[in-house]
Amino acid sequence: MSAVPTDPRTVAEQVTDPELPTLTLADLGVLRDVRTGDDGAVVVEITPTYSGCPAMGVMRADLLRALHEAGFDDVDVRTVLSPAWTSDWISAEGRRKLAAAGIAPPGSAPVRPDGPVPLQLGPPRRTAACPLCGSADTEELSEFGSTACKALRRCRSCREPFEHVKEI
Amino acid sequence: MHEETVYDALTNAHGEAGHWAFGTGFDDPLAGVDTTVPDGIDPADLGAYCLMLGDDALVLAQRLTQWITRAPELEEEVAIGNIALDLLGQARLLLARAGSVGVLGRSREQATATIPDEDALAYFRDVDEFRSTALVAAPDADFAQAVVRLVAASTVRLAVFTRLRSSRDPVLAAIAAKGVHELAYHRDHAARWVLRLGDGTEESHRRARSAVEAVWPLLADLFTATDVEERLAAAGVAVDPAAVRDEVRDVLTQVLERATLPVPAWPAGAPPRGRLGEHGPELAELLGILQGLARQHPAATW
Repeated sequence: MSAVPTDPRTVAEQVTDPELPTLTLADLGVLRDVRTGDDGAVVVEITPTYSGCPAMGVMRADLLRALHEAGFDDVDVRTVLSPAWTSDWISAEGRRKLAAAGIAPPGSAPVRPDGPVPLQLGPPRRTAACPLCGSADTEELSEFGSTACKALRRCRSCREPFEHVKEI
Repeated sequence: MHEETVYDALTNAHGEAGHWAFGTGFDDPLAGVDTTVPDGIDPADLGAYCLMLGDDALVLAQRLTQWITRAPELEEEVAIGNIALDLLGQARLLLARAGSVGVLGRSREQATATIPDEDALAYFRDVDEFRSTALVAAPDADFAQAVVRLVAASTVRLAVFTRLRSSRDPVLAAIAAKGVHELAYHRDHAARWVLRLGDGTEESHRRARSAVEAVWPLLADLFTATDVEERLAAAGVAVDPAAVRDEVRDVLTQVLERATLPVPAWPAGAPPRGRLGEHGPELAELLGILQGLARQHPAATW
């Protein structure tokens, strides 16, 4: 065990996302809480971005390992499902890092009223500026990309394809 | 013990069960979630209802993945893979919820003790213990049928999940609230394909029209409540499927009309079948593929 453990929150906040390694779990809004109980046990709460997010197990393993290495032996990583994650929880810092990595950050998440979700039959209305050249003249190639949280777009100015974290 | 690598952490966290790809104690989708059943809710009914919703998602996810490598566009294979993954995630949460209230059917008699509940339920229940509807089990004759079925199934599921967000079971409510975001994407994506095919070429129109004729009869038993759903709906836990029928009909009619497809007569209501474990041979065949590896090699690692 290390001599003097640092704050467990500081340690947990440095753990990066397995699929977007330039962002931390805190940047993504996946890390919901870090607290230390009276008995010294550390409780970490994380929430999945999507129900089928295959990275949850790796996130837990990474958090456990980082905290163990920092000298916290008693760590419990818990899932919280409510309230459901939305892309609005990605921090300003997270958005800056996404853009720097060539991934367009999401716009505002759609408001989900209590009643029925209206059918959206037109082409998806979302827009995103090209993270490579900055042009606003981009088009969506596919609503679904390499991971559940991203869509695929192409810039009409520089012709480069890029990924876009979807609003959800 | 401090895990040296992610792999070690995943495989060592719970000893023998670590080789299961999903659902080890370490990777339990409900790890840390309070799974206490609120007062006044029958756990057996709650578990049975979670199996209905979970099996629909599991079976549809399996059907969808059969399109990977066969879809008309590479992007569509990625889309279908993502939609199936969302549904598989919903299935995992719902089967884990059923397991958390002790509803495991005969799966525990067949599965080894180290296998977590959600895997036991997915891999070691026989076909008559599945509670999915015929709509999700039907094989697809072509891609048109795949997207027509997907728009129908996701419209029904979205209508149910929007209401379930206020379920008295907080776990079910949380799963539903999360699922609503995903299902809205699935439904709209499938609906745009129906528009593209219906209002496309002569051939795509013909195929879309045949698909609608094949899928519509599968809606017949979807809106008839089982006894479990009736009791749970009265208790504020479940949604009475009859309550979503008009909304589903309006949405699907809107899609077909925009797609220039004839709207078939709405099928007359029929008693529930799949929800009671009565299935055609297509589900047994699907489960044979889904469950084959786990049953033949219960200790396999991957």
